Amino acid sequence: MIRRPSFYGAMSQIGTIAVTLLGLLVLTFFIGRLMPADPVRAIVGEDATRETYDQVFLALGLDRPIWEQFLLYLGDVLTGNFGTSIRTGKPVIDDILHVMPATIELATFAILIGASLGVTMGVIAAVNKDRWPDHLVRVFSLFGHSMPIFWTGMIALIVFYAHLGWVGGSGRMSQFYIGMIPDRTGFLLIDSLLAGDMDVFYSAINHLILPASLLGYSSSAYITRMTRSFMLDQLGQEYVTTARVKGLSRNQTIWRHAFGNIRVQLVTIVALAYGSLLEGAVLIETVFAWPGFGQYLTSNLIIGDMNAVMTCVLIVGVIFIGLNLLSDLLYKLFDPRTR
Amino acid sequence: MTESTNRSQRRLPEPIIALGNILAFLMRSPTSAFGLIVLSILIITAIFAPLVATHDPYVQDLNITLQAPGVGHLFGTDELGRDIFSRLVWGSRITLTIIFLVSIVVGPIGLLVGTTAGYFGGRLDTVMMRITDIFLSFPSLILSLAFVAALGPSLNNAIIAIALTSWPPIARLARAETLTFRKADYIAAARLQGASSLRIIIKSIVPMCLPSVLIRLTLNMATVILTAAGLGFLGLGAQPPMPEWGAMIATGRRYMIDSWWLVTYPGVAILSVSLAFNLLGDGLRDALDPKQMNRR
Repeated sequence: MIRRPSFYGAMSQIGTIAVTLLGLLVLTFFIGRLMPADPVRAIVGEDATRETYDQVFLALGLDRPIWEQFLLYLGDVLTGNFGTSIRTGKPVIDDILHVMPATIELATFAILIGASLGVTMGVIAAVNKDRWPDHLVRVFSLFGHSMPIFWTGMIALIVFYAHLGWVGGSGRMSQFYIGMIPDRTGFLLIDSLLAGDMDVFYSAINHLILPASLLGYSSSAYITRMTRSFMLDQLGQEYVTTARVKGLSRNQTIWRHAFGNIRVQLVTIVALAYGSLLEGAVLIETVFAWPGFGQYLTSNLIIGDMNAVMTCVLIVGVIFIGLNLLSDLLYKLFDPRTR
Repeated sequence: MTESTNRSQRRLPEPIIALGNILAFLMRSPTSAFGLIVLSILIITAIFAPLVATHDPYVQDLNITLQAPGVGHLFGTDELGRDIFSRLVWGSRITLTIIFLVSIVVGPIGLLVGTTAGYFGGRLDTVMMRITDIFLSFPSLILSLAFVAALGPSLNNAIIAIALTSWPPIARLARAETLTFRKADYIAAARLQGASSLRIIIKSIVPMCLPSVLIRLTLNMATVILTAAGLGFLGLGAQPPMPEWGAMIATGRRYMIDSWWLVTYPGVAILSVSLAFNLLGDGLRDALDPKQMNRR
């Protein structure tokens, strides 16, 4: 009896995810069909004979009704066939898996920076509600939320790289080191440590710090806002007053009691913020010539390789859904009240 | 103070007084006042662009390329000798067009989807919210990128793509609002009087959702500006030689190390307008929605 609701809950959640994923595929399929350009011409070229054209036309299944084409697409995606890249001639999915570690490295550093900044600012704002630190935090975090990140990236490059020389410029490491480290995991920091080459490791950190800080700052607005409102909810409750009356210090009440109670909510928020980092990553990677997912996406947009573009979009959608699910699961795992 | 309010109440229609009160409320807080002032400047600049601009935004003069800011060219000149200040002024029209078109598409669609789903509930609600969720499972820039990639890069397609991707949050909000008073007595009363569902939605539900939708729309505009600029920067939005701010940054990028003014000023413009919308939305939330005052 007790198990039933959670079993049904799990089933309905799986159903919801399946429907959302299917919807995702329908959406990417139709965006792919919106294309005004002729997909057959893109493959066979302008000088192809009528026979070649017809052959490719049939091979692509373009003569069949639209729902059959969708089922073909669905079958391809489910069997891991996302098509071939026009530029590299390799399967799109291989290319994407190859560039993904660079983006994960960047996004993970960014979220570490963004979460520590956001949580600290949120707690400070909540504790000092409606006083100057609160207003200062609000303007500072809104500033991060309002800046066009590709522009801030350029300004930061001009100031910190070109003028001050504090950090490395664009790319993942100095030109000098490229190719010196064997590519084992794709994560440069791990690879350089595995190879025991500290020069490359420092060069990588030096190149990572600026784009990661900017991404982290832009994502901190959301984390700050949520932390502040969670903290305000807790601080308004009676147990906080009780703790203070019993003689617990202000800092202990804030950090041990109130903050202790919002940790679970914060984990879910940070998981969601991680997903939205991908958006900023597309732009910041372009500015910093970071050879990751975002740059792969934009460079294929420009040459009009729709296979690659739609696969990228699909992957972002899947990552988003996955992170939503993860944040749900974490919440259930850590919060005894939801069991 | 009360006397003057009473007097004006006799003379002016009610909506204008309400607007006046909201404006007065907004001007009291320095942050929302900043938002209001920046947006007023934007609108005035856009309307009077030919008068404000000191040069023609499209005329090239290869004798004066990449000149630093100074007398004659307030914000300097770009790589083709065009006056950056004048291009920014004319660019404000593009920005305003994007904001205007996106709002008049996104607001009504979001309201319609949200209120209908919330009012009827049941299977219709489930289906509509699933569709909304699918759109929400992409970051808006990524989905806009995909649409523009399919439709072909241009300013119009960028606006269509942004509109297509920014209605779901509005719909979600309108639905949540509708659910809170769907069962209210005054809705039941309207139904008993024989009002059709369409009439109830338009006359009784939509007006109740408007304040929060307007707040959300204002906050969304900050994101819309950034997405539009991002598309422009990636070469998928407004095409050269149009003085769109994001595109100006993209072309200025090649010269940024030596000629910082090419990218700095357009960026400041984008940042100010986006920040203004965020601050104004925050202020509006306090002005229109007293119950949320304590939990921003």
